[in-house]
Parts: sequence; structure tokens; C-alpha cells
Amino acid sequence: MGKFNKNGSKEVPELNTSSLPDLIFSILFFFMMVTSMREVTLRVELNTPKGTEIEKLEKKSLVTYVYIGKPTKEYRSKMGTASQIQLNDDFASVDAIGEYIYQEREAMPERDKPFMRVSMKIDEDTQMGLITDVKMALREAWALNIVYSGGKRK
Amino acid sequence: MAKKKRKVPGLNGSSLADISFILLIFFLVTTSMDTDTGLVRRLPPPPDPNQMDEDVKVKGRNVMVVSVNMNNEIMYYYGDESKRVSEMGVKAEDLRAIAKEFIANPDNKANMPEFHPADPPLPLLGAYPVTKNHIISVQTDRSTSYNVYFQIQNELMAAYNELRDEFAMSKFGKHYKDFHPESDEALAVRGVYPMKISEAEPKKYGGN
Repeated sequence: MGKFNKNGSKEVPELNTSSLPDLIFSILFFFMMVTSMREVTLRVELNTPKGTEIEKLEKKSLVTYVYIGKPTKEYRSKMGTASQIQLNDDFASVDAIGEYIYQEREAMPERDKPFMRVSMKIDEDTQMGLITDVKMALREAWALNIVYSGGKRK
Repeated sequence: MAKKKRKVPGLNGSSLADISFILLIFFLVTTSMDTDTGLVRRLPPPPDPNQMDEDVKVKGRNVMVVSVNMNNEIMYYYGDESKRVSEMGVKAEDLRAIAKEFIANPDNKANMPEFHPADPPLPLLGAYPVTKNHIISVQTDRSTSYNVYFQIQNELMAAYNELRDEFAMSKFGKHYKDFHPESDEALAVRGVYPMKISEAEPKKYGGN
């Protein structure tokens, strides 16, 4: 058994970790790609309704959000308990929706503009009056692709 | 001055992994992978002020009205005055079967939508008779709950999806969702059952 040198060093060779940063970097880049930093902090209570004909929305970059619900506890003293509209990070009135949609559309690349979608995240206890006003404002702003956001019913 | 050539010591890169780990963890935490889901609908374009007086005439038999009052009670009616079918206090779940019968009009009843040959002809099917003039209009009060409205929209979409799926099964032997959305089969099925849910402005029903 001359091939196996029993007298030789038994030390386990050190693991070469020089490729570890590269590995981590590739994972890092993946998460940087899929991250959307525009996540807003909700100022309204949202409990979206559940349905059976729910579809998944592809391409987050095409979706603009409108939140409607009752203000959370910390804002109740200021805003009251009636349902409010939230655009980006602040409460807004129905009249502000047109301008908001316009700005969001301008921020999109030209080829994506026709595919713009507005996702309406609405609390299930909201009254239809406010929602209808919002829908009329969206029509006036030519944001016609809308989504009634909701989860899948189990 | 005598210049001595110095060897630049190699940069120690062992902390690079730690730095990128910190960045990685930051993006891991801030990432939200959940995609939005919901009922996809299309609104009609804004009303044209020049066309206000030219009211679109729709035959009574082609219209089904689902209305919800301020107490979230649902009623529906369709058909002309003499052959009107209406019912008060229906549940949202019942609307699916009612809407399916209304859209498809399987027995060719006089108070349900009339059939017209498809124009332009549908791919694969040609001038297939379709109830293309039908409209389902959902009317709400300003104080109707959004949840009820959402459930009604959900059931109406379910009616269309079921009709399309049944038709695709009987004609092409495949589920509707298994076809590519732009394929001839999918276009034909959509042409036979076009989705016509009207997003009308709310009416005020007494009180409030």
C-alpha cells in the first residue's frame, strides 16, 4: 500500500472561501432586483374582501395603488372615523386622484403607459358612495384598467 | 534620493463577505414578494359631454339589473314590462346561476337576450349565434357596503368563467384556462360569452 502515505500530514486542508463573496453578491443582486422600495406605510385599516375569481397581477411596476378605509387609531383624532382615501403616504381627497394618476403615469416608461393598472385596496366595510366617486375620478383620468383587490376565499 | 521599490501588500478581502451579508439581509427584510391579487375589471371611458342627449337604446330583454339598497338587500330583474322576472332579497351566491341562465339563454326565452350571428365572424366558429347585446348592470346605493358589491362582482365573473369553461369543454374538449389567452380557441370562447358588466353610476333609492 505504498500509495497511501500514513506518515503524511493528516490535517484537513482549509476550505477555500474566496468565492463566498461572489455567491453572496449574486443572491444580493437577486433581492435588489425583486425589491420594491415604494412600499407605503398604511394609514388606513385594510381588510380586503375575499372572492373565488381572483386573478394574480403580473408586473408590479405597472400597478398603482389607491387605498380606501377607516383611518388607523393614531390618525383618528385628526381625521375622524369616516372612510378616507390614501395615496402614497398621505390622506387625500377625491379631487387629488386625477393629479396622482397623471403623475404616476408620467413616471412610467412610454411603452408601459397603456398597460397601467390601478389596484383599489378597499376595506370591506367601506360604503359604495366614496368608491363610486373614486371610480368616476379614475374614469376622468383615463385610468380604466382597475382591480378590486382581494384575497382568495378558502 | 534613492527610491526603493516597495511591494504593495495585498488587500485583505475576507470582510467582503460580511459586508455583502449585511446588504443581503437588508434587502431580504425590505423585500415583499407577495403579489397583489384581485378582480380585474375595465371601466368605461369618461362620458362624452357632446353625446349626452343621444341616449343609447337597449332593448328591455337584453338588460339584467342587479341592484343593492342601503340595507345591503339584493334584488334583480330582467325582461320587458309584460314578461318581467324580478326577485327581491336574493343572496349573492344565488346570482351566479341566475346570471348564467340570463347570459346563455339556453331555452331561447322571450324575456332573455336575443341571439345574433357573431359579427365579425368568430375564429373557428364563424357566425355563431351569440347574445352579444346583453348587459348586466350593477346598481348600488351610496351607503351599500363594499363587501356586498365585491361579492356580486365576484359571482357575476364566476358566471362568465363557468359558462366559458363549459363551452370550451363541450366544443374543444379543454378547459378555458388551459388555452393561451390569445389563441383562436380562447378568442372564440370569449366571443361567444363577452363579459358585459356595466359599471353604472349609483342611484339614490329613497331615504338617505
